[in-house]
Amino acid sequence: MTTASQSAGPSTEPSLMARPEPFRPGPERAGPVADPELRSPAGAGGLMEVVHHRYLLKLLLRRELKARYKGSLLGLGWSYVRPAVNFGVFYFVVGVFMGMDKVIKDFPIYLFSGLVLVTLFTETLQSATRSVLHNAPLVRKVYLPRELFPSASLLVSLVHFLPALAILVAGSLSYGWRPTLPGLAGAALGLLIVVLFALGLGLLCAAATVFFHDVEQVVDIVMITVSWTVPMVYPWTHVREHAPVWVLQIWQLNPLVAAVELFHRGFWGPLSDGRIPPLPGLTARTVSALGLAFMVFFIGEGVFARLQKRFAQEM
Amino acid sequence: MTSLSGLSEGKRIPDGPPAVVVDGVSKRFTLRHARSIKDITVRLARRQALSETFDALHDVSLTVTRGETVALMGLNGSGKSTLLKLISGVMSPDVGTVRVRGRVAGLLDVGAGLHPELTGRENVFLNGAILGMDEAEIGRKFDAIVEFSGVERFLDTEVKFYSSGMFMRLAFSIAAHTEPDIFLIDEVLAVGDPPFREKCIGRIRELRDEGRTMVIVAHDIPMLVDLCHRGVMLRQGHKIFDGDVAEAGGMWQADKRSGPPAR
Repeated sequence: MTTASQSAGPSTEPSLMARPEPFRPGPERAGPVADPELRSPAGAGGLMEVVHHRYLLKLLLRRELKARYKGSLLGLGWSYVRPAVNFGVFYFVVGVFMGMDKVIKDFPIYLFSGLVLVTLFTETLQSATRSVLHNAPLVRKVYLPRELFPSASLLVSLVHFLPALAILVAGSLSYGWRPTLPGLAGAALGLLIVVLFALGLGLLCAAATVFFHDVEQVVDIVMITVSWTVPMVYPWTHVREHAPVWVLQIWQLNPLVAAVELFHRGFWGPLSDGRIPPLPGLTARTVSALGLAFMVFFIGEGVFARLQKRFAQEM
Repeated sequence: MTSLSGLSEGKRIPDGPPAVVVDGVSKRFTLRHARSIKDITVRLARRQALSETFDALHDVSLTVTRGETVALMGLNGSGKSTLLKLISGVMSPDVGTVRVRGRVAGLLDVGAGLHPELTGRENVFLNGAILGMDEAEIGRKFDAIVEFSGVERFLDTEVKFYSSGMFMRLAFSIAAHTEPDIFLIDEVLAVGDPPFREKCIGRIRELRDEGRTMVIVAHDIPMLVDLCHRGVMLRQGHKIFDGDVAEAGGMWQADKRSGPPAR
C-alpha cells in the first residue's frame, strides 16, 4: 500500500504542475494506479500469443496457400515441381553421371530422404525471413502478435512437406524398406531439430530484415549452400576421407547434419548394405543438435519478442 | 443534469471507470534514411545524416471514460495518429504508459487486412479475425456485415476486382461490426460516396449510443462536434486543450487558418 502511493505520488504530481493547459477533467486526476483490468494494449510478444490466436493462424495459413498459387494452372502442384526438379538434377548429375549410385546403395532413397528435410528447412527459413516485411501494411496498422507471420510460414512449409514425406515412405517401401521403431523415432527427432532450428533462425532473420533489408538476400545466398553442406548427395565418409579431421569436427556441429543422418537411418538405413556406416556417435550428435536447435529457437523467440515492439515504426 | 441540458440524449457524458489511460507519454521517431548496407555506405561517404529524429508526442496524458466518445484534433503532424497507434498497441511509447480496459480494435486505415487474391467472403473471415473476432462471432455477424457493405453480389469474387468504393465499404463494414470495448477510428470517414458516408456516421452514432468507448480522428470538424462528447486538441505533439468539443474544434479551425503559433 505504502509502496503504491509512494510510486504514484512523485510521478503524477510534478507533471500535473507542469501541464500548461487550463482545462483538467476530473477522471484524469483520479489516476487509477492499480486497476487489474487495465492492461497494456500491446501483447508481451512470444509464441504463446500465437497459440491464443489459433483461428487467425489457420486463416493466415489458408491465405498463404491460396494467394501463392492463385491464377496459376498447376496450383498447389507447383510445390511438387521444385523438389522434383531438384531431385532429378541431383540424381542424374551426382548419382548417374558422377557415379554416386555405385557408392551408395539405393541412392534415390538416400538422396530423397535428405532432400525433403533440406527443402523443409530452406523453404521455412526463406519465407519466414520475408514474412514480417511482406505484411508491412498489417504490422503498421493493426496490433497482432507478429509471431503469427513466421509461424504461418513454417506451417505452409509443413503443408508442402507432408506429401513429400508420403512420397518418401512410398518410395522406400517400393525399395523393400520396412519401418523400425528406433528408425522412425530418430526421424521424428530429426524433424523436430529442423523445425526448431528453422523457426528459431526464421524469427531471428525476420526481425533483422525489418531493420536491415539485406538480411533477406544473405539468407537466400546461404540457403544455396545447405544442400551441399549436409550429407545429402554424398556420404559422411567422403568428408572423413577428403578433408582434415578438424573439418569433419566442424562439419558435424551443424544440427542439420545430424537431422539428415537421422532421416537416413530411418528410411535408408534398413536398406543399406553396410558399406556406408552410420555417423559415429550419432546419439551424442543428436543430443547436441537438439540442444543447439532449442537454443536457437529460444534466442530467436526472445529477440523477436523484444524487437517486435519497434516493428511498426521501423517499416 | 442542468449543466447537460444542452446535450442530446446520446451525448450525455458517461460516468464510469476509465477505459483508456494514457499517462505522460512521449514518442520520438527515428527517420532512417538508410536501410541497407549500401545506402548506409553511400550516405556515410557523402557525409549525410543517417537518420533524423522527430518528436511526435511530448508528455501527453489522456483519460477516456468508458462509454465516452473523444475527438482528437489538430493539424497534420500534430500527433493524432501516433496517439491512436499507441492506444491500439501497434506502437509502444518511449516514455510513459498506455493502459486500456477490454479489447481495442481500430478502423485504422481500413483495408490493410483485406487480401486482393481472396474473395469477399474469405476476406470477411480473415479481416474479422485480424480485428480480434473469433470464428463464432464472425459467423453470427456475417449477414449483417454483408448487408451493410452492399457487396452481396460480388461476395465470391476476388477483392482485387472490386471498385475502390466497394473495397472500402466491405472493409468498413467488417470493422464496424467488430464490437470491441474500445473503438479507434482514424480518417476513415472520408471514404465512399455520400450515402455510404452517412451510413458510416450513422453506425458510429449507433455504437456511441450503445455506450461503446470511441476515439476518433477525422477532418470534418462539424461532424466531430456533433458526434463527440469531448475534444482533445494537439499541437506539435503537445496536448494543449482537453474539454468541450466545440471549443476544441474552434482552436483547430484557427490553427488551420494561420498554422500553429510558434512555440
